[in-house]
Amino acid sequence: MRKHFAEELEDLKERVVYMGGLVETAVHRSVHAFVDRDLDLSASVIREIEPEVNHLEVEIDEEILRLLALQQPMAVDLRFLAACLKITTDLERMGDLAVNIAQGVERLLEQPLSTPLVDLPLMAERTKHMIRTALDSLIGADVDLARQVLETDDEVDSIRDQIFRELMHRMGQNSELVERGMTHILVARNLERIADHATNIAEDVIFWVEGVDIRHHLHDHV
Amino acid sequence: MATSNPSSTNEPALSPAGGSLPLGLAPLPTREASPAGAPQETVVDARNVNFFYGKHQVLFDINLAVQAREIFALIGPSGCGKSTFLRTLNRMNDTIPGVRLEGEVIVNGRNIYAPGTDVIGLRRTVGMIFQRSNPFPFSIFENVAYGLKVNGLARGRREQEAVVESSLRAAGLWDEVKDRLHKPALALSGGQQQRLCIARALAIEPEILLMDEPASALDPIATTRIEELALELKAKYTIVIVTHNLQQAARISDRTCFFLMGRVVETGPTQRMFTNPARKETEDYITGRFG
Repeated sequence: MRKHFAEELEDLKERVVYMGGLVETAVHRSVHAFVDRDLDLSASVIREIEPEVNHLEVEIDEEILRLLALQQPMAVDLRFLAACLKITTDLERMGDLAVNIAQGVERLLEQPLSTPLVDLPLMAERTKHMIRTALDSLIGADVDLARQVLETDDEVDSIRDQIFRELMHRMGQNSELVERGMTHILVARNLERIADHATNIAEDVIFWVEGVDIRHHLHDHV
Repeated sequence: MATSNPSSTNEPALSPAGGSLPLGLAPLPTREASPAGAPQETVVDARNVNFFYGKHQVLFDINLAVQAREIFALIGPSGCGKSTFLRTLNRMNDTIPGVRLEGEVIVNGRNIYAPGTDVIGLRRTVGMIFQRSNPFPFSIFENVAYGLKVNGLARGRREQEAVVESSLRAAGLWDEVKDRLHKPALALSGGQQQRLCIARALAIEPEILLMDEPASALDPIATTRIEELALELKAKYTIVIVTHNLQQAARISDRTCFFLMGRVVETGPTQRMFTNPARKETEDYITGRFG
């Protein structure tokens, strides 16, 4: 039994999950900041969380390379490290997208108040839930949870369609709403992409645990 | 939709993976270890092999087929029976008193355990390389020519010289020893001695090479040379290799077979065995969680 290596893999997983927790917080705060027009909250995402996420990406990737080179992992361990290498890339991108949302708060403050969108907080809830579930599936090597993430992504996409429809309708009726509408559309667009990255993480967990690559429905064709 | 009626558009229809290629691109060249669909020719076929040292059974119902010109790796913990199995393939175990084999080992269509089998001829067809290189205390030339002489294979001196040179070339040793062919073989380095033993085995034109931990006593550079040599020899010979070095099996073999306690747990394409083995026991062994 390679006890030390097993412990190192466990430590690595904890760090990836910690990084994921930061990203989850970044998404939570950025959407909150947007809905509540809270500049302090958005600043914490831009100045504190996202730099820490970037830092962790570099640190964790170095650790993965070290384990690949020195331990020469095989089978499930090899798949785990390959999955983690991709998960950190996804998490880092999710951090960037949360910053995009946070940066929208400043633009929003230049614009007059408008009727709040109920669907935006709902979309944010579902997206955060996807991140949480993807991380839980990583923690517990739980492919059932991972598959739930894939299903929720369709739900997020349909909320986005609903938001786009509503905003298009409003902007069509009143051209003064175009600027505000675009700001909101960008938030929905960033959330959608965050959800896509959460889907990637769930796919990586399935690859790690089951050894099957389910991306792009490749398995449907072979 | 364009996909349902491609002729209605100037753009070729994009097709899913596995379908025809979009945009008229030529397919990327692929380099597969053992091309799927290539005609396979079984050269070694072990059928229901049980093996006993006296009353002690060490192999249990082994069924394995080795294909022509593949490198077939046998892995497993010490004492799992992989070396014993390797040695059944050219009857090297015959010399041990009290051994018994049940079942059949078919080499080139013949059961090598059938009565009347020409064992010397069998070992000419199925050569063997051991863990410890074992050159004779002769010159380099005489080592390679030895098998020719005892088998009466090379008639004249000139023919012998030609075979010695081609064997040493095939073993990747010629350039290093061509100026000292008549110097003692034991003066060569460990890696050179091992390649000399390979040249000696090649001289009598075998079809199958059995390698029992051929690089375990060698440094990394000499090991690399043996591995590269095995990959070159694969063009002409079938190689069955026992190795404790999992990375070595991963690097050079086409298929890998995992032995445990005298039984075959799993056999499969090497890439799959090391990325996604089907059996828990295999995974535990190759990830080091074993025991």
